[in-house]
Amino acid sequence: MTAESLKRRFSFPVCAGIFFAAMALVPSALSLAGVAGDGIAQLDMLNKIGIYAVLALSLNIILGHAGLFHMGHTAFFAVGAYATAILNTAHSWPVFATMPVAGILAAVFALLVALPIIHLRGDYLLVVTIGIVEIVRIALENNVFGLTGGANGIYGISRPVLFGLALKTPPLQFYLIWGFAAVTVALFYLLEHSRFGRALNYIRYDDVAASGCGINVARYKLAAFMLGAFWAGMAGTIYAANIRTIEPSAFGFYESVILFAIVILGGSGNIAGVLVGAFLLVGLQDVFRSFESARMLVFGAAMMLMMVFRPQGLLPPRRRHYDVDALVDRYPSGLDEGFSLSGRNGKKRAGETGAS
Amino acid sequence: MSLLSVHNLFKSFGGLMAVAGVSFEVEENSVMGLIGPNGAGKTTVFNIITGNHKPNKGEILFDRMDITGKPPHEIVSLGIARTFQNIRLFQDMSVLENVLAGNHCRMRSGLFSSMFHTPSQRRDEQRAVVRAMRELAFVGLDAEHGTLAGNLAYGNQRLLEIARALASNPRFLILDEPAGGMNEQETADLITLIRSIRKRGITVLLIEHDMNLVMRVCQKLVVLEYGAVIAEGIPSEIKKNPQVIEAYLGTDE
Amino acid sequence: MEEFLQQLTNGLAVGGIYALIALGYTMVYGILRLINFAHGDLFTLGAYIGFTLLVSLNLQGLMGGLAVAGVLVAMAMGLVALAGYLLERVAYRPLRRSNRLAAVVSALGASIFFSNAIMLVWGARVKVYPGGILPSATISFLGVDIMLTRVVLFGSSVALMLLLYWFINRTRVGTAIRAVAIDQDTARLMGINVDHIVSLVFLIGPALGGAAGVMMGLYYGQISYDMGFSFGLKAFTAAILGGIGNIPGAMLGGILLGVIEAMGAAYISMAWKDAIAFAVLILILIVRPTGLLGERVADKL
Repeated sequence: MTAESLKRRFSFPVCAGIFFAAMALVPSALSLAGVAGDGIAQLDMLNKIGIYAVLALSLNIILGHAGLFHMGHTAFFAVGAYATAILNTAHSWPVFATMPVAGILAAVFALLVALPIIHLRGDYLLVVTIGIVEIVRIALENNVFGLTGGANGIYGISRPVLFGLALKTPPLQFYLIWGFAAVTVALFYLLEHSRFGRALNYIRYDDVAASGCGINVARYKLAAFMLGAFWAGMAGTIYAANIRTIEPSAFGFYESVILFAIVILGGSGNIAGVLVGAFLLVGLQDVFRSFESARMLVFGAAMMLMMVFRPQGLLPPRRRHYDVDALVDRYPSGLDEGFSLSGRNGKKRAGETGAS
Repeated sequence: MSLLSVHNLFKSFGGLMAVAGVSFEVEENSVMGLIGPNGAGKTTVFNIITGNHKPNKGEILFDRMDITGKPPHEIVSLGIARTFQNIRLFQDMSVLENVLAGNHCRMRSGLFSSMFHTPSQRRDEQRAVVRAMRELAFVGLDAEHGTLAGNLAYGNQRLLEIARALASNPRFLILDEPAGGMNEQETADLITLIRSIRKRGITVLLIEHDMNLVMRVCQKLVVLEYGAVIAEGIPSEIKKNPQVIEAYLGTDE
Repeated sequence: MEEFLQQLTNGLAVGGIYALIALGYTMVYGILRLINFAHGDLFTLGAYIGFTLLVSLNLQGLMGGLAVAGVLVAMAMGLVALAGYLLERVAYRPLRRSNRLAAVVSALGASIFFSNAIMLVWGARVKVYPGGILPSATISFLGVDIMLTRVVLFGSSVALMLLLYWFINRTRVGTAIRAVAIDQDTARLMGINVDHIVSLVFLIGPALGGAAGVMMGLYYGQISYDMGFSFGLKAFTAAILGGIGNIPGAMLGGILLGVIEAMGAAYISMAWKDAIAFAVLILILIVRPTGLLGERVADKL
């Protein structure tokens, strides 16, 4: 079997399918293996990784694909989580009903904050987004609009109910979180392989050339921000329903840094890389628990070392595949209405006309 | 009838007058050359037409429509495409994807259809790939569609920029030093290519220092010096114009 | 009026310290286009080194308060400079030629590492600087009693900044630093050892940050292992405010930010003090994307 056909056989959709199928077996495997407490500790860890994975995938749209230095993603996450918490506790909305609202509010918030800063160059954008995440955290701590409960946050968020089934146990929450992650991966994979995904990449490589190709750069940058924020907002719903008590300290700069590091370390623009990054960076913090108070010291050192040894990220971006030959054979005269350009070998054709 | 008319254009950069009252017309379905010594303001004129710079004064009419000060992406969708003097390809993307960039403004799928790969999105995508391949074939690069743009030879990178521009289905093509860095054979092929672009009904405006190319492909020349037009006419006249000779060679007499 | 003058002098004293930290950010950025996120923690390190020297050496018995402060600042500067030098060698030099974001993440890792190292060495609880080092007297200005400490602190920061300004603009090495900031490759062709210059910048910047740490400890009296985060972020904000990469810009931005923050805390809201600083930053960047003194860079086509 050649390397090419191997690559085709184990394409991303196949690998992702295998991965999520394997993940689906984890709760049963843990309980069958007789892990202490039916593996609740492990499931909690995996749930946390799953939420970070979804957040990092949504940040990947902005940072990895569009190349916008955005270090304030938890601000959007916070908007979603608080929207769910407030609607659920104060207005008794069911958790899932709050999800679209959480997403939309986060996207609208992203639009409002990104609109004036979208033209800023790399590092300036970085610092402004850090500023936004700090302002949001301070606002939450100060009980903004009297809605957010100040530094104590909001507690008593109810369990999500799906088709009459309350998702109470850790395995059920695990299925919810990782199911959402699987949907995210599938949709973002399709998005990557489209006009939209390519446009973001053109902008990342050279925004002047991109606009010279007819791409509305500012609009796509804003769209990337809004889409990323929409997803982070929905992740906020899942998070709030999973943890049931939310407080401002969960949405600080440090959490934004972890998300940023997941994307860069995993591999900007690579979904598989981002998933690996989420397992590494969120999982490592737990693994290093045995170092006790030196845990974060080791974690910081690991972040430095991983970057020094793998500056391009663990998994570099994958090339998109196009079915060029099949398409060219199927449509020899093109698909553009009113556009005629005969002959396949343009150079020869150009030569002929030039000689005549 | 003129397809593009530039009228009394002014542009200064921090006190330096780069373009001072430039006017000219480009006839539909012709190849016109904009020439002049380095620093005469040629590229600035291009950048104003393509919307990358805003002029201080003056107007640009494209097919009798005022396009002055419109953003670059709108100008592309109106039918004006360009190449860059210092090649600006997406180096780390494939040759095909570079050309697909040019076709972006002719594609229709938005965020939603992109995310769900709806049937119309798939058709849109197929149409764009086929079109891109045809433009690649037109410039002779179809065999290289999977190569990274940055790995192409320099001359081929210039051709790829042309293919990318053509993929936007332009009526008007602006080439900024298309023969820059090309060898003699490549330049000869380029002359043929520019002629076949014109045969497709596309009007071409180019900046070029290679006088052999300019004289062979252009029907009309406009000469700039110090941001102003000093001569215009057919190549054989321009060749003999004393003012032009002086601008290029300096005053020795 | 009294309130205003008090807040102004307080703002100037703190702003001078912000400016010193901001200089470290801006110099590193000017040379490497890298935001040294660990710089705030080097500032904290300076504060803790000052604290340890102060309580263990018992200098107060040997000399006057201001002399003690001077010695502390000098020693902290030296030790923090060393830490900065090592940081660059370990975390940044291997990434000099790679993706800029890789260096950003490495810098964030270094920041986590440093703040936690400080916590492990000195403990997680707040440390209190012994009092009585800086003069507690006040001077009368426009009929208002102003704490002499503030005047001394502001004066010291300005003196350090002037020294730096002279060094960068009037010495051969300073010229080399400016040359490397403009164009590394050309500077190398001119015979400048770029690696040495980068190392030097990672000595000077952290030294200033260390000095700022001691000054902050003396002024506020309390230090904590995680204060580098908020001070670093604000100093970095100050550097951006002035126009990052621009040395006078960092000085101006720092002082301005200190004053704005003091006024905001006094006249708007104490709880929103930190948010005010960032809001100002965002507003300035919207109006003037390259900061107050930054150069406007036209897109090259």
